[in-house]
Amino acid sequence: MSTTGSDVGTGETDTAREGQEPPESRESRDSRETREATSQLSTAPAEERLNVPSLGVLGWLRWFWRQLTSMRVALILLFLLSLGAIPGSVIPQTSVDAVKVDRFREQHETLAPIYDKLQLFDVYTSVWFSAIYILLFISLVGCIVPRTWQFVGQLRARPPRAPRRLDRMPAYTTWRTRAEPEKVLEAARGLLDGKRFRTQVKDGAVSSEKGYLREAGNLLFHIALIVMLLAFAAGQLWKSDGGKLIVQGDGFSNTLTQYDDFKSGSLFTPDDLDSFGFRLKDFDADYEEDGPNKGTATDFSAYVSYWKGSGGKEKDTTIKVNEPLHVGNTKVFLIAHAYAPVVTVKDGKGNVAYKGPVPFLQQDANLTSSGVVKVTDYVDAKGRKDQLGFQGFFVPDFAPGTGTMFSRSPNPNNPSLFLTAYHGNLGVDGGPAQNVYQLNTENMKKFKGKDGSPFAKRLEPGNTMTLPNGAGSLKFDGIKQWANFQIVHQVGNGWALGGALTAIVGLAGSLFIQRRRVWVRAVTGSDGRTVVEMAGLGRSESAHLPGEIGSLALAMQEAAPAETAPERPAPTDETATDADEAPAEDSATDHPDDPAEPADPAEPAEGAGT
Amino acid sequence: MTFLAAEPNEQIAQISNYLIYSAMAVYTLAFFAYIAEWTFGSRSKVARTAAALTADDKAKDAPVPAQAGVAVQVKDGSGGTAVLEKPAAPKVVTRSAAGKRGDLPDGPGAAGGDQQGDMYGRIAISLTVLAFALHAAGVLTRSLSVQRAPWANMYEFSTAFSMVIVAGYLGFLIAKKNVRWIGLPLVTTVLLDLGLAVTVLYTDSSQLVPALHSYWLWIHVSLAIICGALFYLGFVGSVLYLFRDSYETHLMNGRTPGKVRTSIMERLPSASSLDKFAYRINAAVFPFWTFTIVAGAIWAGDAWGRYWGWDPKEVWSFITWVAFAAYLHARATAGWKGRKAAYLALFAFACFLFNYYGVNILFNGKHSYAGV
Ligand code: HEM
Repeated sequence: MSTTGSDVGTGETDTAREGQEPPESRESRDSRETREATSQLSTAPAEERLNVPSLGVLGWLRWFWRQLTSMRVALILLFLLSLGAIPGSVIPQTSVDAVKVDRFREQHETLAPIYDKLQLFDVYTSVWFSAIYILLFISLVGCIVPRTWQFVGQLRARPPRAPRRLDRMPAYTTWRTRAEPEKVLEAARGLLDGKRFRTQVKDGAVSSEKGYLREAGNLLFHIALIVMLLAFAAGQLWKSDGGKLIVQGDGFSNTLTQYDDFKSGSLFTPDDLDSFGFRLKDFDADYEEDGPNKGTATDFSAYVSYWKGSGGKEKDTTIKVNEPLHVGNTKVFLIAHAYAPVVTVKDGKGNVAYKGPVPFLQQDANLTSSGVVKVTDYVDAKGRKDQLGFQGFFVPDFAPGTGTMFSRSPNPNNPSLFLTAYHGNLGVDGGPAQNVYQLNTENMKKFKGKDGSPFAKRLEPGNTMTLPNGAGSLKFDGIKQWANFQIVHQVGNGWALGGALTAIVGLAGSLFIQRRRVWVRAVTGSDGRTVVEMAGLGRSESAHLPGEIGSLALAMQEAAPAETAPERPAPTDETATDADEAPAEDSATDHPDDPAEPADPAEPAEGAGT
Repeated sequence: MTFLAAEPNEQIAQISNYLIYSAMAVYTLAFFAYIAEWTFGSRSKVARTAAALTADDKAKDAPVPAQAGVAVQVKDGSGGTAVLEKPAAPKVVTRSAAGKRGDLPDGPGAAGGDQQGDMYGRIAISLTVLAFALHAAGVLTRSLSVQRAPWANMYEFSTAFSMVIVAGYLGFLIAKKNVRWIGLPLVTTVLLDLGLAVTVLYTDSSQLVPALHSYWLWIHVSLAIICGALFYLGFVGSVLYLFRDSYETHLMNGRTPGKVRTSIMERLPSASSLDKFAYRINAAVFPFWTFTIVAGAIWAGDAWGRYWGWDPKEVWSFITWVAFAAYLHARATAGWKGRKAAYLALFAFACFLFNYYGVNILFNGKHSYAGV
């Protein structure tokens, strides 16, 4: 960090030099004073020139560190980060849609390997994206730590002494009064104290400063960003995410084996799973009954009872699309729902071989669903071991006589089950894991009807399908609903949210609060009257500052009423004569290290220009 | 199962469409009135910028004697002074560090001080107010017809978006800000936007899928619309700043720009005013844009099972956010002020637009149910 700001000590001799002319020329002293007055108004890092170091490895390292923590490089990194995020939105991402990535791979045989090398299917976890992210993170930390120290120093320091030439400050006013200088200063200090400025009286002038919250807000914002980044990373590393289909009446307890499918972050262990469970008691879906959007779902509710820990008390709640169930760090989301026909299958001996609901999967918006019934524990009429398979559709609202099997609406107005029956080897014992919703008919034979056609039937609730040759039967008992839940465990959500909200608060502080200094000087003039001068300086050019000085001056009139209005403020003529020595430019050209940026018009409080 | 009130009322929806068409007709009239303002305004031959650049600083705006006994001095970069008038309050003289050019005076506006031009300008504003009233009624009736927030698909989003743009403009006018110069580009944009909305993007009013049933629809989407509309005003400021800035540089270098260019540029505010205007808007809106994204993330956390998943819309919101953050940083960094920062602002707004049109149309993400 630059040290320019702190050498206020040289100002000590100013009063002594009064009247006699330099060692130091008037202009350069004036501009130095201006710099001192603006010093430490912010903790923005100095912009350094890109001068290449000559000092060995250590020199290079220091140089590299300085570059990394400079605003310029932070800016470039920020920019790179947004550029780097673009390909991830154009090219399909494994993390978002793995199927799409596979399709892309098939369609672009030359491009895909190149993309693979560049990790363009996994942009947000790629080495290069992480590198930008981590560099920015380091840059942020490297920037904030010194800035925080500097800010703490500024908080302890007194406001800097008044520059000799107050009329050089961005906003200035002066008047004459009969009040004693001491009285004027006392009043000024009281006034400024009352307005929550930090004040000090020194060498016949009041120095004051206000708006430290701007800097505090800015630091808070950047620190909150770090918290967010950490929370985000933790969330990814310890994440687990799985799905579970539950039929009405059934339950789930949160252990790895109960999931239908499961993904987790690299630091996740099964012990991280929150201990809880829930039971799907009932399910309710509302659909638009007529109008142009007939059949569109308007509301889904899963009525569940859940318990925490093992053997905790059960509590009832409702899970809806935008209202997941929260348990510890876990959220349970409602993802999908459809119907599960309840069937009873009897074998060749008349014994029940299978009884229960079988979830069928949705095929269209009206919940035309497909599914299979697998019966592994079965004997045929002769008592030989065999297996049964039924494949088909469930249609909640069948339209008889239309020749179509598609459902008219998602409501179970006319539920029908269309099944084709098979027997043979289901292939479920041993071999690769099977999809429970598909029938592998490779080693199975269709039952044949009397005319030799495949044996298939439409069933309504209560109907029974009797298999040929006494092979048994299937009864369609009724329907239940099922719901699919996504169970997500993620840590750090609270931190991420807290960080985000804190960042906004800090941001508002840093953008809307103006840091500024006000000086009041009162000296006895040649005519015996007291000359009061008041000046203000902002961290940035402000439209409000002159107004504030104006109202402060007005408030001062009570203690130091103005005598007569001077023709024009005394120092103006002088200003006009040395018009070319605009101090801000001096500092910009001669002192690139100066941390102050008096020309920054960071003053957005008003919506529009003047 | 369904409650009656939630069904779209086709009749009200139809009224909404008529209102939007009427608003477009009146905006078109306003457009011609703004053109007339600029045309008549070209009769005035003000060249204050050149004069200000060459004028002796001493002659410029000497402080006026104070009425209340105190004058406050306001300095500018070239050492010249200007006076801040505050009735019955002390006068503050300020000195800004606006750079080598100092504070150049703002142009007189499109009418250029021409009486007839000014009349047309006033007519244009009145027509804009009328069109806005129709426009707002159109959005309101659309909302009534579907009994929900009127911004759940691209058609509704577009109509609401341009409505807020106009509201912002009228708001600034009411607050007596010098913004009449935005009138023409603003109405042009609004007409384009509404034209696109009623032709390409039109969707019949309809109910929402369950994922959109959330109070976050009110918060997240309305904020996005408001931020976008205000960013748009800042964007116009940045574009005009670039033109005006190169014009001023031209003059500084002692060259004489063409007549038409001079005529138009002279009537605009000075480069530094335009720049300030754009900066203030962008900086003021930025925290709200940040909150828009955070609100979206909270909603995503409840609706989709994760608060951030690099969905295309999320990616482009993030890019837009970073671009605006880069712009704000640029303003605080010496080497990036002025034109470079303005280009960043343009880039940032382009990202915002792309996030809206590009992402909805080109990509197939979780936000796709917004419907084209
Ligand atoms: C994730 C990366 C970052 C983001 C998103 C970010 C965002 C922001 C934003 C939005 C502001 C605006 C507030 C204002 O203009 O006053 C700001 C200010 C600032 N940032 Fe950052 N920042 C990041 C990284 C950094 C880094 C690495 C540095 C240090 C080199 C830095 C230094 C600053 C400083 C000094 C200011 C205050 C400027 C001033 O005084 O006006 N930022 N930042």
